[in-house]
Amino acid sequence: MTTPPARFDAREASKWFFRHGHTGWLGLRFTDQGDNWVELELPWREDLLGDRSRPVLASGPIISLMDMASGMAIWQASGSFNPVATLDLRVDYQRPARERASVRGRVECYRRTRSAAFVRGIAYDDDPDDPVAHVAGVFMTIGADPREANPALQGSSDE
Amino acid sequence: MSDAPNPLELPAYARSLGITVHGEDAGLPVLTVDFGPMVEGRPQHFHGGATAGLLETAGYAALRTALLAAGRDPQLKPINITVQYLAAGKSKSSFALGRITRLGRRNANVTVEAWQDDRSRPIATAVMNILMV
Repeated sequence: MTTPPARFDAREASKWFFRHGHTGWLGLRFTDQGDNWVELELPWREDLLGDRSRPVLASGPIISLMDMASGMAIWQASGSFNPVATLDLRVDYQRPARERASVRGRVECYRRTRSAAFVRGIAYDDDPDDPVAHVAGVFMTIGADPREANPALQGSSDE
Repeated sequence: MSDAPNPLELPAYARSLGITVHGEDAGLPVLTVDFGPMVEGRPQHFHGGATAGLLETAGYAALRTALLAAGRDPQLKPINITVQYLAAGKSKSSFALGRITRLGRRNANVTVEAWQDDRSRPIATAVMNILMV
């Protein structure tokens, strides 16, 4: 009998991902997952406001939420925790988040190649059919092929 | 009587993250954030979300500054932002400066660059479309 290799599990990984660093500071929480998608929650917080006139979450933390959910969706889809670097992330804001509302980010990894992973998702506060934002992104696997230029390692090789 | 808004008064989110005004370039604000646990992603590197937050804050600060110079003070609403990550953000201060590519009546197109040691080698750029109402 052999022990099957541990498959990446977003729920388990969240237990230590969100203890420290930027995502810990934001207070991100795991909420749900599927074969190729992950959903996280950015809790409402008074000191994350982006607008002096209204109590709604700034868009910056929403990008962080979606970036993190994207990476975890890629690991969820591939089953392994291999480092990835964001190449390009686009956020289309559909409407402001509701006042004093937490925002959830649900991202799926819909395509993976040897060196790239493509994601799309939504941020929503109440109803997934009425999202706050749509997101699309491209990530690069780090160290997949040492012969290729690797944007994530740029700057370290020439110092 | 309402106070005239200060273009360099950063939103609560930006202040919480530790973003401050470093100086100015051709009348537009250069923002900075030090490296620390609040911006850390993988060990000793900026989280992509924190870099995006710096870019976005610099974009709004540039637009607000340009609008006030033109005697305008509209409410700003984000339409979209596209962030390009060019190099890993390392464990040192990052800087960002926005430039107004087009300032229209209803919307503005703003380009932002972020860098660390060498301004000619940006670590990330962003393009933002912002609605003004």
